[in-house]
Amino acid sequence: MVQVNMETHLLGANELLARRNRQLFKDHKVLVINLMSSPGSGKTTILERTIEALGGQLRLGVIEGDLYTDQDAQRIEKKGVKVIQINTEGACHLDAAMVGKAYGQLPTDKMDLMVIENVGNLVCPAEFDLGEDFTAVVISTTEGNDKLRKYPLIFRQAKAVLLNKMDLLPYTDFNLERFKNDLDQINPSATVFMVSGRTGEGIENWTRWVFEEVKRKNPF
Amino acid sequence: MHELSIMQGVLDIVRDSAVQNGISRINKLKLVIGSLTMIMPDSLRFAFEVLSQDEMFREADLQIEEVPAFIRCHACNSETAQEDAYCFVCSGCGSNQVEVVKGREMYLDYYEGDCV
Repeated sequence: MVQVNMETHLLGANELLARRNRQLFKDHKVLVINLMSSPGSGKTTILERTIEALGGQLRLGVIEGDLYTDQDAQRIEKKGVKVIQINTEGACHLDAAMVGKAYGQLPTDKMDLMVIENVGNLVCPAEFDLGEDFTAVVISTTEGNDKLRKYPLIFRQAKAVLLNKMDLLPYTDFNLERFKNDLDQINPSATVFMVSGRTGEGIENWTRWVFEEVKRKNPF
Repeated sequence: MHELSIMQGVLDIVRDSAVQNGISRINKLKLVIGSLTMIMPDSLRFAFEVLSQDEMFREADLQIEEVPAFIRCHACNSETAQEDAYCFVCSGCGSNQVEVVKGREMYLDYYEGDCV
């Protein structure tokens, strides 16, 4: 009988590729945001608003992750931004290899900001580092308060949390006070933005913050 | 749902290593999984059962050590077990300025096998 000690990270291959992506993003001076949420929280609408606000000031690129269809990529393309669609065909998350491949199809040395819209899912994407600078997680008022406590990991790792569908707040039982308290326990350092993708309310605070993050990584 | 692909990755790593070490039959695999990961030990066991039908793994036993979460408090410097996965607050002083020190593990510790 032989015992072989391994101490190998279970996502070792992904970690390696994520490090490679991160180095590329650094060399190309592009800020990369991994945008995550459950399905239907409004990631794509927020992304459209973000492009409208920043498209004139920054060179943007987008990677869209979905199980099937290129509907989101078509929406983004209409905004005049270069977009690559990844279809995971059943896989519940993007991984660093998929992102590395898609990134190669974008004008890599001519971007200031790249947003990766992950597959709508609050569980699996949280474990897969894509090489991004930081993650931003969207939660919407119609999903209810319990999402933070049910899926703490994804919120704990986020640098920014966007509470979307603020225009619908009066029609829901969503409790803002409880949301703030829960987030304070899970991730007190997260920057919070209250927005409505539909009306555009609060989007400016988010885009101004993203712009500052881009400048911080790559002072013009 | 990603446990199946994770387990496939584990078996690939072990198979490569076993071949290099002249081992043809695996008796035991040990994984260490923290409670703050999005990996469910039961799903891993199921995936292992499905994927370990070939000659090399048929007799193998999967052992999973589950590591409970521990946090270190930056305010009072104490290290405490964390029973609620969602509540990252020091049970000693109530501060939320805490750091996770245990519970994020996910690795293959070792395997045992025979050269038949």
